[in-house]
Amino acid sequence: MNKIFERPLYPYFHHPDQDARTPAHHPVVIVGAGPVGLCAAIDLAQRNIPVVVVDDNDKVSFGSRAICFAKRTLEICDRLGVGDRLVDKGVQWNLGKVFFDERKVYEFNLLAEEGHQRPAFINLQQYYVEVYLFERLKKLQDDGAPVDIRGKTKVVDLDQTGDVATVSLETPEGSYQITANWVIACDGANSPTRQMLGLDFVGRVFEDNFLIADVTMEAEFPTERWFWFDPPFNKGQSALLHKQPDGVWRIDLQLGWDVDKEEEKKPENVIPRLKAMLGEDVEFDLEWVSIYTFQCRRMERFLHNRVIFAGDSAHQVSPFGARGANSGIQDVDNLCWKLAEVIQGHAPESLLESYNSERVFAADENILNSTRSTDFITPKSDVSRLFRDAVLELSEHHAFARPLVNSGRLSLPSSYRPSTYFCADVDGLPDKSRPGAPCPDAQLEDGRFLLQTLSAGFNLVTFNLSADRITLDSDTPLDLIAFETAHDKNQTLHERYLGAQKSAIYLIRPDQYIAARWTEFDAKAIKSAISAALGHTA
Amino acid sequence: MSDLKLHPNFINGDDFYERLLTAHEGLTKAQSDALNARLIILLANHIGDMDVLDKAITLAKDRRKT
Repeated sequence: MNKIFERPLYPYFHHPDQDARTPAHHPVVIVGAGPVGLCAAIDLAQRNIPVVVVDDNDKVSFGSRAICFAKRTLEICDRLGVGDRLVDKGVQWNLGKVFFDERKVYEFNLLAEEGHQRPAFINLQQYYVEVYLFERLKKLQDDGAPVDIRGKTKVVDLDQTGDVATVSLETPEGSYQITANWVIACDGANSPTRQMLGLDFVGRVFEDNFLIADVTMEAEFPTERWFWFDPPFNKGQSALLHKQPDGVWRIDLQLGWDVDKEEEKKPENVIPRLKAMLGEDVEFDLEWVSIYTFQCRRMERFLHNRVIFAGDSAHQVSPFGARGANSGIQDVDNLCWKLAEVIQGHAPESLLESYNSERVFAADENILNSTRSTDFITPKSDVSRLFRDAVLELSEHHAFARPLVNSGRLSLPSSYRPSTYFCADVDGLPDKSRPGAPCPDAQLEDGRFLLQTLSAGFNLVTFNLSADRITLDSDTPLDLIAFETAHDKNQTLHERYLGAQKSAIYLIRPDQYIAARWTEFDAKAIKSAISAALGHTA
Repeated sequence: MSDLKLHPNFINGDDFYERLLTAHEGLTKAQSDALNARLIILLANHIGDMDVLDKAITLAKDRRKT
């Protein structure tokens, strides 16, 4: 077994807070040091907000777990200073093949548009992501950022009075309390925090079991995503084969509902299944085996007074589409700049309502997509299977049917609905960069990419408007970036930010979402757009 | 915003009806069901218009109106 699972990453130590006579106070406590909690900690630390991270464990999570990290997540990780490490280690793939019964029915290529720094997806074991995020957080701490990571420290009680939450913690040396203005619960699908607050988590249970096996093998399978509907080696069910770094392959086999999980997990039962799939002669080693079931559900609200839920604690999806870890990281991308503005007194607490409304909207989109994939992959009635098989058969010879084949709609960032936090749009500019949408990346004349040029705060980006004409006396620090599209060789800047217009000016939020845009400079409109994005009511 | 055509639209309805039955001749129940499913998906794609498809589904579901 991989050593990475045995080494304590953030070992328990005796913290002075444990000896404090009255509970020590902290602005933010993050519960859970998984990918979502660690991203939140890095983001806040980079914004000079002190954070305390507590986790009942002290190691990376066991097994490869989340393995697909989407382009938007990689862009967020660039902002957090770990993008390159993820991409350097990760496996890039573009080609997906779909098989039905004994034959390949079609293949798709994810390589979509030119002019993006990051690929559509990389495959990387979750434990690597956790290690890289942890090391980044440690680096920030070593450089003086107020970061505190407490391993083997379990939240056992939570009480909210007024604007303070009292958190009771249990450690190998006994219990103590700390207080916080804000608690971010990133403690997973079974969130103890959610249970302590007695909050509902309702949704749809899918009556199915899936066997996950990570195997190492030398076999010559290409770096592609292979998905089987009703294959001869797993009759009536589905199967997935996906490559990870270090010669590890993820195999996912649908088992059905009526199975003995403990029996199915035994190597003597797993190995024949894998041989049937990979071929009798293929040599492989079993790295990790797990059986999972899933639900699609979310909390009604992600904000409960001083406690904010993010990631799987707030919403759970089926694994089809890689929308779990990716959406969790996008939650805290949305949250952290807002929380920082609130804590620093630049925005009213009501700004956090926009976290709730925007990420509830995103969760619903993810649940919708992953539920539809699940219904296609695992038909739950005869008629559902009938239509599924009809689509698969037609897809072999007819392109029209291929968009109906649903082996997972892979994670894309949500474009939020119009709201008081975004300005009304103007005509003639491209839809993909409307207010509420994430900034599309684009390659610049000098080879750099647009997203790389954005600073951590609000940015004002102009296209074909000379920046020296812009004078603003904004209370909010604003970074100005000016682009000319005359030399835009492949026209991506033009296509993504100008459309039918000759000039444009974009106000971009710290999470790289577009807050407002105009075709001409208007100082008053810009000031009021910043004010709206920060949740100040006019 | 198209409407679902509910007036007679076949040039020769009897011909269509006969072809539909002929296509199912000699098939098992399962084969017939599969043929119908393929046919629905082919025709739905040909129509494409979600409004029309929605109206057809609603009408087909509501037995009092069919």
